Amino acid sequence: MSRKISMKQAINEALDLEMRRDPTVIVMGEDIVGGTGAQGEDDAWGGVLGVTKGLYAKHGDRLMDTPLSESAYIGAAIGAAACGLRPVAELMFLDFMGVCFDQIFNQAAKFRYMFGGKAETPVVIRGMVGAGFRAAAQHSQMLTPLFTHIPGLKVVCPSNAYDAKGLLIQSIRDNDPVIFCEHKNLYGLECEVPAESYAIPFGEANVLRDGDDVTIVSYGLTVHRAMEAAAALAKDGTEAEVIDLRTLSPIDWDTIVESVERTGRLVVVDEAHPRCNLATDIAAFVGQNAFGALKAGIQMVTAPHTPVPFSPSLEDLYVPSADSIASAVRRTLSPKGASPRIAA
Amino acid sequence: MAQNPFPLGKDELLKAYRTMRTIREFEERLHVDFAKGDIPGFVHLYAGEEACATGIMMHLNDNDRIASTHRGHGHCIAKGVDVHAMMAEIYGRSTGACRGKGGSMHIADLSKGMMGANGILGAGAPLICGAALAAKVRGDRGVGITFVGDGASNQGTFLESLNLAAVWNLPVVFVVENNGYAESTAMEWAVSCDSYVDRATGFGMPGVTVDGTDFFAVYEAAGEIIRRARDGGGPALLECNMVRFYGHFEGDAQTYRAKGELEAIRASRDCLTILSERLVEAGVIGRDELQAVDREVNALIEDAVRAAKAAPLPVAEDLLRDVYVSY
Ligand SMILES: Cc1ncc(C[n+]2csc(CCOP(=O)(O)OP(=O)(O)O)c2C)c(N)n1
Ligand SMILES: [Mg+2]
Repeated sequence: MSRKISMKQAINEALDLEMRRDPTVIVMGEDIVGGTGAQGEDDAWGGVLGVTKGLYAKHGDRLMDTPLSESAYIGAAIGAAACGLRPVAELMFLDFMGVCFDQIFNQAAKFRYMFGGKAETPVVIRGMVGAGFRAAAQHSQMLTPLFTHIPGLKVVCPSNAYDAKGLLIQSIRDNDPVIFCEHKNLYGLECEVPAESYAIPFGEANVLRDGDDVTIVSYGLTVHRAMEAAAALAKDGTEAEVIDLRTLSPIDWDTIVESVERTGRLVVVDEAHPRCNLATDIAAFVGQNAFGALKAGIQMVTAPHTPVPFSPSLEDLYVPSADSIASAVRRTLSPKGASPRIAA
Repeated sequence: MAQNPFPLGKDELLKAYRTMRTIREFEERLHVDFAKGDIPGFVHLYAGEEACATGIMMHLNDNDRIASTHRGHGHCIAKGVDVHAMMAEIYGRSTGACRGKGGSMHIADLSKGMMGANGILGAGAPLICGAALAAKVRGDRGVGITFVGDGASNQGTFLESLNLAAVWNLPVVFVVENNGYAESTAMEWAVSCDSYVDRATGFGMPGVTVDGTDFFAVYEAAGEIIRRARDGGGPALLECNMVRFYGHFEGDAQTYRAKGELEAIRASRDCLTILSERLVEAGVIGRDELQAVDREVNALIEDAVRAAKAAPLPVAEDLLRDVYVSY
């Protein structure tokens, strides 16, 4: 049975189903239950935006509120994972990664390799990413490239409720540490989602729209902007293929390269900062592996090289827009070499 | 007029009252305007906690530094940050304290020694150790005050900073603003010891707990430890027990509170009522004088909102400005 639910509900459902299936799954985070130790309602919050609301009633103490000590509880989730549990630890806003990154990139990410292949660390660290929420510089970042840079971490960033559910279930079952990035501006977005459990394998991009003229690759919120751009371009007779990466590590190189070999043009859209991000990564890979197929220079559309500004008038300019993506596509259609230098 | 039983003269008392009233009015106005949808982003109100910021900041000058929290409006106002610039910042205007780039959670005014509200819990504690180190190296008798909530007092950065300040003998005061909750989670559950004084002792520094709704209690305790820090006596911790009158942030339904809890604290633990009753009862300041202050403050906030709404938004060129000193 399938019905329309939001990405927030889909994440809640994935947690619920996996907790039912596997008693080693525990969920922890700040106020993910809420009201612990207080005299009012149990399950008072269910997370800062209500993503885990209702799970406490179903699973009780397998959901744990934590003190505001990210190094300690994220580290404890990792340690418990190395000892047989499958913890899902919520790091509210992934910007808070700063205070607990050691446990993630020096510990969790390295155990498997550093211990000669003898360790497994099936932990999921999930939290919000992305701009557009008026949440300012320390609650709005798209830090995905920091995570993809680290060998040993898997990095997931769904663009819709269906993918969020299947990818979170897969993340929980996966035996490596997974950073699960939830774009806060997609939480309310609804789509058809089956009620039953299903897993979406990692490293399989989703081709959302077929087209022969240009390939647009993105992930997360900007997938939707890319689709808008594609619709606008279609009116002018340009057919764009839109690829939603879904997982950034591992990444589906084959789908990207096959598409570019057909279209000869590539636009990569990334909400992260312009340097050393997914866009530059993919552009470099295609430049190295499919150079012969390219009919035009690769175009990248990213956020600017600035922190996320608070003022709505600036934040609205910050995230790549459908217009900026469509312009990038048009640049790939102009004669080779004619495109202006784009400042990072 | 009766003899003044207080540790402050009448002008200073009026100043303290005015500061607390300004914070209250500022926050209550934001509460109303946020509900109307006028204000973008996350807003954490300091209403109910005014005596703490005010009682401490009365001892500081612009050369003393503070590092604030996500609940920073009260600290800003008490440290002398311009109310118009704050309001404009919260409205995201180019006339704001941070030209609209920071918002409520990042208001700063370095010229006033206000090193920023902060979106990262515990982040202010190491920074204020640095401010105190700079004061110590310069020998300018400056002190650093960092504010931390009961919840954020569990951050590693905070606990590490206690130790650092102690071993370096820095002129720092760690103020724990204990309002009983971190978002929806109770302090009694999340903090492993009964008293912050025990934590301070464990880190080799004195700790004091005061009723943070009592302006005079805060003022006197803060005075002593700030003087001690200024004189080279080293760091100390001050725990202020207090209450927050609104949700964790605007939009919080506060169902974690006991029934009647909010009404009870508003009735019996309102620091502004407590202060004004004491001033009036002692016969030092007349009710009419306080009401005159209220009217002035009301006009000030009204004007700040009007000016903020009328101010220009930042423009496209501002987006790329100020990433580096010269960009
Ligand atoms: C490192 C970090 N973790 C979590 C948060 C999210 N957060 C913001 S305020 C808050 C509660 C803080 O409680 P407390 O320190 O008691 O201060 P209060 O809000 O009560 O003033 C939380 C969890 C954050 N901003 N930074
Ligand atoms: Mg608190």
